Amino acid sequence: MIEGLLIGLSTAFSVTNLLMVIGGCLIGTFIGMLPGLGPMSIIAIMIPVAITLGDPSAALILLAGVYYGAIFGGSTSSILLNAPGVAGTVASAFDGYPMARKGMAGKALTIAAISSFLGGTIGALLLMVFAPMLSTVALLFHSAEYFALMVVGLSAIAAFAGTGNVAKAILMTLLGLIMATVGEGALFNMPRFTMGLMDLQSGFSFITLAMAMFALPEAIFLVLHPKRTATEGDGSTGKITGLRISRDEARKIAPVIGRQSVQGFFIGVLPGAGATIASFLGYAVERNLATEEEQKEFGKGSIKGLAAPETANNAACTGSFVPLLTLGIPGSGTTAILLGALIALNVTPGPRLMVDSPEIFWAVITSMFIGNLVLLVLNLPLIPYIAKVLSIPRNYLIPFILFFTLMGSYIGQNNATELLILVGFGICATILRFADYPLAPLLIGFILGRMLEDNFSRSMQLYDGASFIIDRPMTLGLLMIAALLVIVPSYRARRAKARRQGVAEGD
Amino acid sequence: MTTFTLGRRALIAATAAALSFGTPVFAGGHQVVESIHFLIPGGAGGGWDGTARGTGEALTNAGLVGTASYENMSGGGGGKAIGYMIENAESLDNVLMVNSTPIVIRSLTGVFPQSFRDLTLVAGTIGDYAAIVVPADSPLNSMGELLETYKADPNAFAVGGGSVPGGMDHLVAAMTMKAAGEDPTAVKYIPYDAGGKAMAALLSGEIQALSTGFSEAVALAEQGEVKILGVTADERVPAYEDAPTMQEQGIDTTFINWRGFFAAPGLDEAKVAAFQDAIAKMYDTPEWEEVRARNGWVNIHNPGDEFRAFLESQEQEIGDLMRELGFL
Repeated sequence: MIEGLLIGLSTAFSVTNLLMVIGGCLIGTFIGMLPGLGPMSIIAIMIPVAITLGDPSAALILLAGVYYGAIFGGSTSSILLNAPGVAGTVASAFDGYPMARKGMAGKALTIAAISSFLGGTIGALLLMVFAPMLSTVALLFHSAEYFALMVVGLSAIAAFAGTGNVAKAILMTLLGLIMATVGEGALFNMPRFTMGLMDLQSGFSFITLAMAMFALPEAIFLVLHPKRTATEGDGSTGKITGLRISRDEARKIAPVIGRQSVQGFFIGVLPGAGATIASFLGYAVERNLATEEEQKEFGKGSIKGLAAPETANNAACTGSFVPLLTLGIPGSGTTAILLGALIALNVTPGPRLMVDSPEIFWAVITSMFIGNLVLLVLNLPLIPYIAKVLSIPRNYLIPFILFFTLMGSYIGQNNATELLILVGFGICATILRFADYPLAPLLIGFILGRMLEDNFSRSMQLYDGASFIIDRPMTLGLLMIAALLVIVPSYRARRAKARRQGVAEGD
Repeated sequence: MTTFTLGRRALIAATAAALSFGTPVFAGGHQVVESIHFLIPGGAGGGWDGTARGTGEALTNAGLVGTASYENMSGGGGGKAIGYMIENAESLDNVLMVNSTPIVIRSLTGVFPQSFRDLTLVAGTIGDYAAIVVPADSPLNSMGELLETYKADPNAFAVGGGSVPGGMDHLVAAMTMKAAGEDPTAVKYIPYDAGGKAMAALLSGEIQALSTGFSEAVALAEQGEVKILGVTADERVPAYEDAPTMQEQGIDTTFINWRGFFAAPGLDEAKVAAFQDAIAKMYDTPEWEEVRARNGWVNIHNPGDEFRAFLESQEQEIGDLMRELGFL
């Protein structure tokens, strides 16, 4: 292993390759900030450049830089503008955006950068040590377990039901699940609920819905409340750019990062799960592990609530390289594109990769370490400048957010109807916000809905009924965890309430 | 993530798409067509996208076409672009739309109100065969053994694929079973939303066999992960001679997942001929060979009337099968 790492390091530490990784990280970060251009599209754009390099190691190092840069860039728009560009960064907006509104944008970005770095690095360590053994883990889950895993992921909505709005949160989740059924699914050969409209045949697009639920209502709120500024604080730049994480805060998020690096990595290893599920599960689990006091912070700017999905997201992205490299199976759109790039470079990933061309495997691992490190080094000094976006005067900021939002939903599909859907849903979402309905559960329901249904129906077909719930111990176990995640917090809340009342009566 | 599902099938093409973003647009010499605007019915990075951009790259680099431009028009699973071609036919005289086997399937099910008959057929250019594969450690070694196991307990034998029921992978599985004398409706077909996930399900033991594209199957067979029990080609494919055909195992079935190009209805015949000429000449150029090899495409050239005859017979065969399966 040491030998392999040395081969990888000696390749990576040439001047050209270091320039590659630095260039890749910068390009990835800046393009990644635009919603609608996630890691997948940016890598697709960069592949021709990478291929012309001719050398597979250099190409991979460049692409790894782009990949990590894009993931980090995606969190930036989530945190600063409440505009998650890819599903994996939705959970980062839950607490990252409230932090930014409290004037802690710089701190939020720093936490995101450090969590991402640690998640990615610990993930790469796990990949390096365990990759050959992990191919069995990647094949551990059947559709039944994926279904159960999605149910666990749905329990993340509990965080938004904490404030006495249980019914509202459940209602919004159901609405999200219903919206996920529109269009052609994987299981039916006819489109559903499209009302004969061709533009609905592929269903609602994630990016349009994310912009409509999160970013657009935010911009509309800014318009409707003339006094509302981008931050709740006094807007002084000093506050916005305050990056420092106190020792106390570091102590709080360290265990979160530790746990989520491992949990996120293993979820990423499963080809049917991925970074989005990892970030939701990370959020849900950490909320449940937090003290009662800290739980109240979740959804309102908790540093733990930001560190958890950011770590899990990056660790899962690294984990998704396990099925790609050891089995030649892409678990996500991004790894599918990377597989295409590898094949074009005459490298076929699979069980024989480690035997036939170990230098490629080690180049990937080293490029991960270097990509993560370079990203952290490059971005920490840039954060104060990036965070300053929020101190732009509102008459410039609002059009900027609106443009950003509209472009994000148009760019992926090149379909102008997306803009109409965006504006329509954006208005509905604003009304729902006025009525105090939480919008995050809707988006969680929408993202998980399709996978939930697909895996459930597949299991039903395979087992000719729902017997898989009992027959497969892992499925049952995961469903029980989901039940605990929902029941325990509400039981605790109820008991606390009862105790408070009891004390009051005793007086 | 409903928006970003990509199969292995699409990703190979996606690479080609990405490769051609920086295509040089000027070329001189033996130019046949001045310019082509490629209309792509899906988003960037899909299989259609890769085919159009790869073909455009080869045509311009070889100097057969002066300039090539590309437009992605997603919507309606490809139906929006077809409608656009028909509605704006008069102004689209330099436009080629890429499409593939699903146009036949989707026209049959009525998802597309139009069919290939409403467009001008230019040429089928490339294709891929289909294959039935099992894990490398499976006790099954031939289609015959697979059929024996299937017959013993049809309900315990699940065949997966990366398409919806009634989609391509399902039809191939059903077609094979029917040609082998089994009831195609009895096959337990499990759909996955991407080829990669279907492959993971095969290796994890959730399904017993997988219906998939031949080129994807070859990549995994070379890594020692799967065995190809049968390929739907007329004779063994040079790219992987070890894979037996269905026909040599007594199962009389062939299937080609083609990709090709269509022009607006009523297009001037001279113009159509020029497009066909450019494509025909493309096959002999090193530029095309480079694009083709990089993507692992198989040359299956079907110009004009041959394309029509091919599509009609495919429509007939798929239509009959879908009626039998109860999808029509």
